[in-house]
Amino acid sequence: MIAPRWGFRLGWVALAAYVAYALARLDFSWPRFVTGLDNGARFIARMIPPRIAQPDSLANGLLESLQIAVLASFIGILIALPIGLLAARNLMPPWVSWPARALIALARSFHPVIVAIVFVKAVGFGAIAGICALVVGSVGFIGKLFAEAIEEISLKQVEAVRATGASFLNVITFGVMPQVFGRFIGFATYQLDSNLRNSTMVGIVGAGGIGGTLFSAFQRFDYDFVAAILLSIIGLIFAGEVLAAWVRGVFLARGKVEEE
Amino acid sequence: MSMVFDGAGTRTWKRFTPRQRIARFAIYLALVAGIVASARSVEVIPEFLIDAPAQMQDLFKRMWPIAWAHYPRGVHDSLVETLHIATLGTILAVAMALPVGVMAAHNVVPFKPLNYLAKLILVASRSVNSLVWALLFVAIFGPGALAGTLAIAFRSIGFVGKLFGEALEESHRGTIEALEASGAPWRSRFAWGYWPQVEPAFWSIALFRWDINVRESAVLGLVGAGGIGMALDTAMNLFQWDRVAMVLFAIFAVVVIAEIAVTQIRKRIL
Repeated sequence: MIAPRWGFRLGWVALAAYVAYALARLDFSWPRFVTGLDNGARFIARMIPPRIAQPDSLANGLLESLQIAVLASFIGILIALPIGLLAARNLMPPWVSWPARALIALARSFHPVIVAIVFVKAVGFGAIAGICALVVGSVGFIGKLFAEAIEEISLKQVEAVRATGASFLNVITFGVMPQVFGRFIGFATYQLDSNLRNSTMVGIVGAGGIGGTLFSAFQRFDYDFVAAILLSIIGLIFAGEVLAAWVRGVFLARGKVEEE
Repeated sequence: MSMVFDGAGTRTWKRFTPRQRIARFAIYLALVAGIVASARSVEVIPEFLIDAPAQMQDLFKRMWPIAWAHYPRGVHDSLVETLHIATLGTILAVAMALPVGVMAAHNVVPFKPLNYLAKLILVASRSVNSLVWALLFVAIFGPGALAGTLAIAFRSIGFVGKLFGEALEESHRGTIEALEASGAPWRSRFAWGYWPQVEPAFWSIALFRWDINVRESAVLGLVGAGGIGMALDTAMNLFQWDRVAMVLFAIFAVVVIAEIAVTQIRKRIL
């Protein structure tokens, strides 16, 4: 019992030492924190009550965010499915799966907002840049999970379908797809949800949606409008989450025997 | 979808009930309608789209060659700062999320109002994006790494707390009942009954969140919350695209290294 206890204590000491070092390095100080709390109180006081200063720009921003999320999820999933299939190592030879896996890793490694910056330069300010950025993110996420789901399937069914002399497309449709459909619904709804969250953010770099309205309200110190925007974003995301849960419920429910 | 007839044809097996069929149909319909409506009404400026390939080419031409020489002066320090923001933010988040996660687990704290309060805290933390948290903390504490660290911490509470609470709720009653029967106080029950069961999940959640936080802390600088995003923002505002490419490469390298590190650690300790 004694040896692991010592390791345990050493771990705590190391943790405390790291925290102290990092705090010093990041220029934290107590007076700064206290001033901040003061500012924070004033800040919150200015946020209450929330006020919808520009109803038009709020409504348009929310609508545009929703459009970005829907289109990005649709296009992203459409592109991600074949790439995920190519990346599955149990169905594809290594010379196909490795490039596909590299593409997925590349798409996953950047935050959507950073990808959005590049697309703002490429296709200009506006919703298209946001859609492109979220498509890249969706391809990375769905592609990875879809490939993993396919790698975990039982090959017996695939073999059985193949033994009937089915073509490659038929093997995929009847041997692979039924096994991964449930999980696919799970991460497709998750991705729509996640795109909705991110579509409210890409506007910070000019890629359309409510984020732009939010950022400019911040810069004008319109904190009561900021509060109103934040509340409506949370409302939108919450509605999206409820809807996603309902869709999952519909698709993942089991069939019932029915008397006629 | 599939229909199987029994010998006489009186009993049929259907995969879905009519209600399920209608619900599915409604979802497909709503999906198509949503996509079509979005595609038709989203604002597209055709000139920008036609221009895109040329702009892309121009962008990559400006990014190449990558300004490697910029790394020691302009990138290294902010890269290290980003890692500190992510790590310190995760530590803070875990410290704050543990009690909330315990409060959210109804089998550990069998008191409904407290469960709901904890769930509310977790949902609130998760529904605000880390960039928004960063904007808020920049407004409160001024620009810098302090705002970034707190943004990462507050965004992560919801994630860590939710998963930790769920892990607690899934723990088996056996040892806990044994401890209860022996009259163990609350703290012993937690330390010897629940903790050993959720410890692997705990480390896995913390590592996973750290990995995510490394990615997220790289963009916080765009709103002034410290880290490598500040270097990115400066380079972009000055249109120094070769330096932007350098920063992007640094972010890519760190993210990849973090992911490899997490995978290795997970393999070793779990």
